[in-house]
Amino acid sequence: MSTDTAHSDVQQFHPRVRSALENPQIRSNFRSAMDGLMGKRQAAFEDWELETLRDLGAAVRLRALSRLPELLVQLETNCQLQGIRVHWAETGDQACEIIRDICKARDARRVIKGKSMVSEEMELNHFLEAEGIEALESDLGEYIVQLAEETPSHIIMPAIHKNTDEISDLMHEKTGTERSRDVGYLTASARQQLRDKFMQADVGISGVNFAVAETGTLCLVENEGNGRLTTTVPPCHIAVTGIEKVVEHLEDVAPLLALLTRSATGQHITTYFNMISGPRKADEKDGPEEVHLVLVDSGRSSIYQDQELLDTLRCIRCGACMNHCPVYARVGGHAYGTTYPGPIGKILMPHLLGLENTRDLPSASTLCGACGEVCPVRIPIPKLLQRLRKESVDGDRLRPSVVPGHGVKRTLKEQASWNGYRWLASDPGRYRLAGWMMTRFRALTPRNVGPWTRYRTAPRPAAKTLHQLMAARRREEQS
Amino acid sequence: MTDTIKLYPAKPAKVYFYGTCLVDLFYPDAGLAGVQLLEREGIDVLFPQDQTCCGQPAFSSGFNDQARDVVVPQLDLFPGDWPIVVPAGSCGGMMRKHYPELFAGTPWQAKAEALASRVFELTDFLLNVCHIRLEDRGEPVRVAMHTSCSARREMGVGDIGPTLLAQLQQVEVVEQARATECCGFGGTFAVRHPEVSEAMVADKTTAIEEAGADTFLATDCGCMMNIAGYAEKQQRSLKGQHIASFLWQRVGGDA
Amino acid sequence: MNPGKTARNQSRTAILNRLREGRGDQAMTVPASDFAVVRDRNWTPAERLDRFEARISSVNGEVHRVAREQWIDTLYALMKAKGLENLLVSEDVEHGRELRRLWPWEAPALLGYEQPIEHWKPAMFNNVAAALTGCLGAIAETGSLMLWPTPQEPRLMSLVPPVHFVLLAADCVYDTFHQAMAEQQWAQQGMPTNALLISGPSKTADIEQTLAYGVHGPRELVVLILE
Repeated sequence: MSTDTAHSDVQQFHPRVRSALENPQIRSNFRSAMDGLMGKRQAAFEDWELETLRDLGAAVRLRALSRLPELLVQLETNCQLQGIRVHWAETGDQACEIIRDICKARDARRVIKGKSMVSEEMELNHFLEAEGIEALESDLGEYIVQLAEETPSHIIMPAIHKNTDEISDLMHEKTGTERSRDVGYLTASARQQLRDKFMQADVGISGVNFAVAETGTLCLVENEGNGRLTTTVPPCHIAVTGIEKVVEHLEDVAPLLALLTRSATGQHITTYFNMISGPRKADEKDGPEEVHLVLVDSGRSSIYQDQELLDTLRCIRCGACMNHCPVYARVGGHAYGTTYPGPIGKILMPHLLGLENTRDLPSASTLCGACGEVCPVRIPIPKLLQRLRKESVDGDRLRPSVVPGHGVKRTLKEQASWNGYRWLASDPGRYRLAGWMMTRFRALTPRNVGPWTRYRTAPRPAAKTLHQLMAARRREEQS
Repeated sequence: MTDTIKLYPAKPAKVYFYGTCLVDLFYPDAGLAGVQLLEREGIDVLFPQDQTCCGQPAFSSGFNDQARDVVVPQLDLFPGDWPIVVPAGSCGGMMRKHYPELFAGTPWQAKAEALASRVFELTDFLLNVCHIRLEDRGEPVRVAMHTSCSARREMGVGDIGPTLLAQLQQVEVVEQARATECCGFGGTFAVRHPEVSEAMVADKTTAIEEAGADTFLATDCGCMMNIAGYAEKQQRSLKGQHIASFLWQRVGGDA
Repeated sequence: MNPGKTARNQSRTAILNRLREGRGDQAMTVPASDFAVVRDRNWTPAERLDRFEARISSVNGEVHRVAREQWIDTLYALMKAKGLENLLVSEDVEHGRELRRLWPWEAPALLGYEQPIEHWKPAMFNNVAAALTGCLGAIAETGSLMLWPTPQEPRLMSLVPPVHFVLLAADCVYDTFHQAMAEQQWAQQGMPTNALLISGPSKTADIEQTLAYGVHGPRELVVLILE
């Protein structure tokens, strides 16, 4: 189950899906979690004009993206004025190197981490460990996943694929706690194990939920307090974020926060909303002496080149799309084999890894639209999936493909079948003749039509097509 | 940015009927029932014989070129300014929502947009344009309703089926768990990702059965073919029917 | 010049250039941002207080409404009831001075945040039972307290001790976050090194969605509303 090196087997989508579907524990863990999350989200928005709020959320994100280069410069300037050092990384590897260099310059050996999906994307922990720097996750879910040597299966609830018994066994095996079904006990044990680590850490690394250009403020959303400890206790705090997380004004944060926590877990707000605008000042008694901001591109500026695909960058990483996705609910996050699973993963990962490495993701959707319906910033996910399907097969001669690895699914067989479809359906005479033949020879309809009939009976052509029935009615009327 | 509010026309004298290929070949009774329900409202139904397929199978597989080539000849089939009624949310969604995208920046753009704006899903049209009144002449029966995802989310007709059924005195509609969840059809999804599709249709079938219905009604023949086909393969008793066929039977029309 | 640094400047230029070129001369159309939906609530002061209390209580926050001249007695009673041995409280803020002046009891002991944290980290983490801070006000809609830690009341006071007491003036409750930041002019005056919204005690649901309080931050958050 472990996808230790995150992308090595990303192409093995079908085998992973099959093994997830055959695992009743995975099935029931995800199903009950997703049902719970959907219910909580709905309840949390009960008092709201939700569609108006989503309009505002989308508008705020679109405005930020429309001015992205200017806002990044403004953010950099304001951060620097307040003493935050700003770094730019074109790739995940470059971002890892920047972080390593900051650690080395401080002779840091122990890093404590708050939850950060972009650091998962960069595989930062592995990188630091190879450099002799211990990187310990402090978010409880991330901590569990790290103990299990796995990757998160959900962007908000990393250990959602495990139930209490599995976590109890894992903690017993790895940390020696007593086996227990008491979540309070398990949580308290983890708290105890991490307490010293916070005190001893040389560097704290966190993600960023929103970076406010106007005030040079890094905003973090969390419930446990580990994010605050990470950004407050060690003498050095490194915040790492994708370049798309910037917003223009401080007030823009209000609707995004309202949408984020309710969409993600159905909370009206998280326990902590932590706004960081600089390192400790001379007269302050705590807080980090150094604060760094690492701005990571890693494919995002390429997405930005396309007016339609750019909508992908609105995402505020709430995970509502996966919570409502009927595919995700059945196969879970690990089946995708990508840092970001679920609908957002399907539209984001092809840009980060290329379509050649994500070839089965764009089609792994019924286009049911549940994701787009709940997205707090109105990302048209189904439309983007369709766009990526087109890119996968280079299917539109009027609109050249742009996504890396495009055309990977354009096989001769696939082309031939759609050309056959065109031949038949673009000519009414041929189409009617085919319909006539199907009905006339319906007894000869094959009982086995590939994957469809593995689980279902084959549909049987009618005795007469609607075309024939309507033509006959017309003849009757006229006679 | 919110989806534009649907504007319903006054009840017209005529409509075009777009049967869809699935109805045409496999479920013509559903199409015919739709036509007859419209005629019952005093509407003259025009059925252009040159219609084929809306292009959705190719479009949703990414083959836009093939989809366009299939659609272009059909853009001229509806010259009068009458609504185009479709007994399927997914084909309706293709025509109403995706034709404008597919033809954006092409010589057919204006024509495609004009056509798109006249497309209505059948049950939506019956309820909100015809203001249909249904008198139930059938025996007591218990059914579940499965509104397709495209009917629900692209055409915005999620509550229309239940509203129409509520007019029928002898029909008890039970609500299955997770009623708004996809049945796992998704066109070519069912053959590209058969195992996930199976997991979804299995859950959907069970949910409908557990709600206590042995018949479910669908807005779309794709979902119906999926759920009923699954039940049949499993030798379960659950049967599917297109809502148009069902309504037509209930008001005393011949099957 | 440091070669690493040059490379990074190149990264900055490359990223910004790609973004500028990517957008090209097509201006993106952006709909107007109408904040009314996150702003206009128009609750009465009583409704605001009730909402605040209901929301923060729903996530295990403890709320006591007390008369202004009685808060110290209430605090003492709560500390005794909870068996707390000591209280970290600033010596350089109004409520800290008042508390010290009017605190006749030997125990619980009053502690001060006298040294930078480096000098007493283990003691802070292991020996402090509770802390008391003020706040900038509260938000009714979400049941949140607004804190801007200061040199007098540093960040860790609201984070490390297992119990956090907060004094909230009853007339400092805002309808929404948007309203609070607008009226207090946060963006205009510039942000402090750290600003916080705190909405209940520390919690997690990372184990099978089962809620557990007191993970890394305080397990109890006690709000004394001064009326």
